[in-house]
Amino acid sequence: MDTEFQWRHKHLIGLAELSRQEIEFILDTAKGFEEFSTRSVKKAPTLRGKVVVNMFFEDSTRTRNSFTLAANRLSADVIEFTKTSSSVNKGETLIDTARNLEAMGVDIVVIRHSAGGAPKLLTRSIKACVVNAGDGYHEHPTQALLDAYTIRQAKGSLDGLTVGIVGDIAHSRVARSNIYAMNKLGAKVIVVGPPTLMPAKIAQLGVRVSHNLDEVIEELDVINMLRIQFERMGGNMFPSVREYSHFFGLTLERMKRAKKDILVMHPGPINRGVEIESEVADGPNSVILQQVSNGVAVRMAVLFLVNQAAAVHN
Amino acid sequence: MMKKLLTADQIEQALNKMLLDIIKDIPQDGSFAIVGIRSRGEVLAKRLCSTIEGKTGRKVLCGTLDITLYRDDLNAPKGKHQPRVQATEIEFDVDDKFILLVDDVLQTGRSVRAALDALTDMGRPKTIRLAVLVDRGHHELPIHADYVGVRAEAPAGQSVKVYLMECDNRDEVVIE
Repeated sequence: MDTEFQWRHKHLIGLAELSRQEIEFILDTAKGFEEFSTRSVKKAPTLRGKVVVNMFFEDSTRTRNSFTLAANRLSADVIEFTKTSSSVNKGETLIDTARNLEAMGVDIVVIRHSAGGAPKLLTRSIKACVVNAGDGYHEHPTQALLDAYTIRQAKGSLDGLTVGIVGDIAHSRVARSNIYAMNKLGAKVIVVGPPTLMPAKIAQLGVRVSHNLDEVIEELDVINMLRIQFERMGGNMFPSVREYSHFFGLTLERMKRAKKDILVMHPGPINRGVEIESEVADGPNSVILQQVSNGVAVRMAVLFLVNQAAAVHN
Repeated sequence: MMKKLLTADQIEQALNKMLLDIIKDIPQDGSFAIVGIRSRGEVLAKRLCSTIEGKTGRKVLCGTLDITLYRDDLNAPKGKHQPRVQATEIEFDVDDKFILLVDDVLQTGRSVRAALDALTDMGRPKTIRLAVLVDRGHHELPIHADYVGVRAEAPAGQSVKVYLMECDNRDEVVIE
């Protein structure tokens, strides 16, 4: 079906700059890719002859494999690039690396980088499409899209829902992208965490701030438990892991006070027993593995759309 | 310039004429299924399905195919319309089925080519037959329909548009 709405972005950098209609368009497109994993041939020729490079300057298993699988299912060729086994170790800059890859005929660059703004920087120096797979503390748009997709799948719509994002808000690009997505799609967001892990001006993004999970748990339709990112925390952000999980962990005890149909989400990887108890992570309210499956469909949609936009505007 | 090709009654007659031939060919082993190409083909497939069910008294499998991902013009889009990906809804196994593929208009044959690729990616049907409401000629691929409602001569620059009650609030075929 041809529609009046046109997707115009050949890059996906963040959700802050997208409208509700554009976010919904990505989610609707992803719906078309959902049944792929149940087919006998899990592949369509859509991006045949296109080259996708996965430039990951930070560790990742889920996101990278998900992008690789998404690209493969659309028949694109994928180059895997990791920092440790590349000439970045010889001192090459990000832009030079990208330009060199582009000179080999790359069409889409999927990039994860520890510096916020790295994907945006790339869009100014190369012609290929750029998709942000997580940059610093800035954004992780495909994670928030798959979260929104998963909520929509379970609840029909995000309008009027109350979504709790719990944990290390300060170091989390997932939190930021999620706040943009949830707000734009009509949900109310409460961010929950200790003051040391809460950015000072976070309320300016249009969220309610709470430092007490017990105070808000009964209101939540969705609870998104962020991972405690030990690798990003230099200093002592909280007294002990045990204390953190006592106050902010999602335990069976706390689940008893939550709504019966609360959706339990986690972007992974899980620290079992820290931010979430195993019984909850594997329990009936958990959609954590559903999130992973949906991630592939959402990323197929993103790769498809940026390539379409590039085809139209070149 | 718009010219009316078929009225609502003539559409029904055309479908009924196709049905007579289709019913003769339906295998009796339960392997028959109908697949419509989104979106007008989907509507026609559903109509054919319920009529066949009424005439034979047997349940007929019916599904919908979205061919967007298999189009051959994705990297060279024409005009300002962007193709929109929607779900393929085929709830049954296509292996060893006798599949009646349904579309509204056969012109270049490129949609059918895409549909054949999409279908064979889902399994290995025993037979695939093609039914179209209007065959307007100007084929660009060696693809021909097995069941045709009407054949129409339309000049190259004009397109044959099918409007159906379920999605357009009226039954009508025009050349415009």
